Amino acid sequence: MLETVPVHVAAIELPMLLVSTPAGFPSPAQDDMEEPINLADWLIEHPAASFIMRVEGYSMTGAGITDGDLIIVSRAVKARPGHIVVALVHGDRTLKRLRRREGRLWLVAEADGYPDIIVDEHVETWGVVVGLARKYV
Amino acid sequence: MSAPIALIDCNNYYVSCERAFDASLVGVPVIVLSNNDGCAIARSAEAKALGIRMGAPVHLIRDKIRDHGIRVFSSNYALYGDMQRRVIAAIEPFARDFEIYSIDETFVDFAGFEHLDLVAHAREMSAQVRQWTTIPTCVGIGPTKTLAKLGNAAAKKNPIFEGVADLRDDATRNWVLDRFPVEDVWGVGRATAGKLAALGIHTAGHLRDMAMKQGRGVGTVVLERLIAELRGVPANVVETIEPQRKGMAVTRSFGSPVSDIETLMGAVAQYAMRAGEKLRQHGLVAGRVTIFFHTNPHKLDRPQYTASRTLSAQPMTSDGLALLAYARRGVESAWREGYGITKAGIMLEDLMDADHRPRTLFEDGSGRRGRLMAAMDEVNGRFGKFTAVPATQGFKRAWGARSEMRSPGYTTRIAEVPCVRA
Repeated sequence: MLETVPVHVAAIELPMLLVSTPAGFPSPAQDDMEEPINLADWLIEHPAASFIMRVEGYSMTGAGITDGDLIIVSRAVKARPGHIVVALVHGDRTLKRLRRREGRLWLVAEADGYPDIIVDEHVETWGVVVGLARKYV
Repeated sequence: MSAPIALIDCNNYYVSCERAFDASLVGVPVIVLSNNDGCAIARSAEAKALGIRMGAPVHLIRDKIRDHGIRVFSSNYALYGDMQRRVIAAIEPFARDFEIYSIDETFVDFAGFEHLDLVAHAREMSAQVRQWTTIPTCVGIGPTKTLAKLGNAAAKKNPIFEGVADLRDDATRNWVLDRFPVEDVWGVGRATAGKLAALGIHTAGHLRDMAMKQGRGVGTVVLERLIAELRGVPANVVETIEPQRKGMAVTRSFGSPVSDIETLMGAVAQYAMRAGEKLRQHGLVAGRVTIFFHTNPHKLDRPQYTASRTLSAQPMTSDGLALLAYARRGVESAWREGYGITKAGIMLEDLMDADHRPRTLFEDGSGRRGRLMAAMDEVNGRFGKFTAVPATQGFKRAWGARSEMRSPGYTTRIAEVPCVRA
């Protein structure tokens, strides 16, 4: 199943090391090397409160999240309507969009054929999805 | 009165870690077993209510496990260690400094926070830990570590405190001390408790009112110091008390940030030797060694790094050099260039009497290491030199520990992260 997946392009500064080095003699200016980009540091702003989880299923494909994806779930971010959240529904972890409708909160899938779930005493919002990681090859 | 100290202690820590990722464990009896699945070392409230005792050998409670459907787990130290890092990170913004005492207990220095309502402050700290990690905690506050520890026990036992007991308040302190059995006071051994009972000293309150000289006669210098701390006078009692069997830690903050591995190794080496000394002093051996170090979490403009590594010690040991070798491997594996490290420490877990430790086939039986230890202890002050010690001495990996019911590496292995149904 192929779908169009929205991709957020983030500008990352890629430091370039352009130092002309006289052959056989190391330039002292090169010593101050920057660290290579660490994608995890960029994805996970709050490591102490973030957890990586693997997605199983297709109910959030409309939000660009599909089976097998890794998501970053933060407990440092307060869940608000509009956020994609991990919630415990009767103790089972589920991934849905949090929505407010007529004064009530709902967990809503973003694919056809999945029922909405009302947020009641059997539902606990566990964390907010703040990032996504996927490998294609 | 001295600066307030708090002890924040995670409730049923190992069980709480398991529950963080498995909601089916909430509300049911759960126990976690020691290395090699030998005995219960963590129990949920439900398991405690079924009469499962701390340290109960698993072969003696098989019937109970079956009849009550108790959920049983092998210990998953990778998970507990990672969750501890998170707990500490949540605590740090609330304190001037902290001192890790064991995997689930941390002393917090509230100096400079006295102008706040410290009970509210501690509640906020506890709520932050809960929010970030799901781990529930209790906090005790007092002018000394002993009183902070007592306050913690009170907060845990009595729901009236709602998780935070402040023993700086005279009325609360007296109320708690008068009800606290003396044998449960941290550092009072069974033999000492017996002698105290003969003198009519049954509560922590009685002990506080005992003449210090008499205390020294009945117990040791430890008891004398305990009396001082119960009176609110800090007496460094933590350093002299026998470490709890679940573990001990040696940690320190650096005066100025350390940014080279040699200096860090020197410091960690000193802690390892100190930890070894302490084990030998109490006739204990350790089965697990954790090293950790991190940057200053209050300086967010500087690059932040937190590292910890845990190694299992086989054979179990109190040999400072063996501990050092483990610590070295940990530091080498976790070190990253480019950070200013401001705190480091070593933690030993799985402690047991040296006489009862499991023997391994290849153990070095000669006395050479003992003599070397003594010599090393003498030059303890010159810790920079320990970096020259070879890392390969005397420990052989015999065979892996048994751990048949271990939960996944939820936070440490990408193939084992929790799944969420979409």
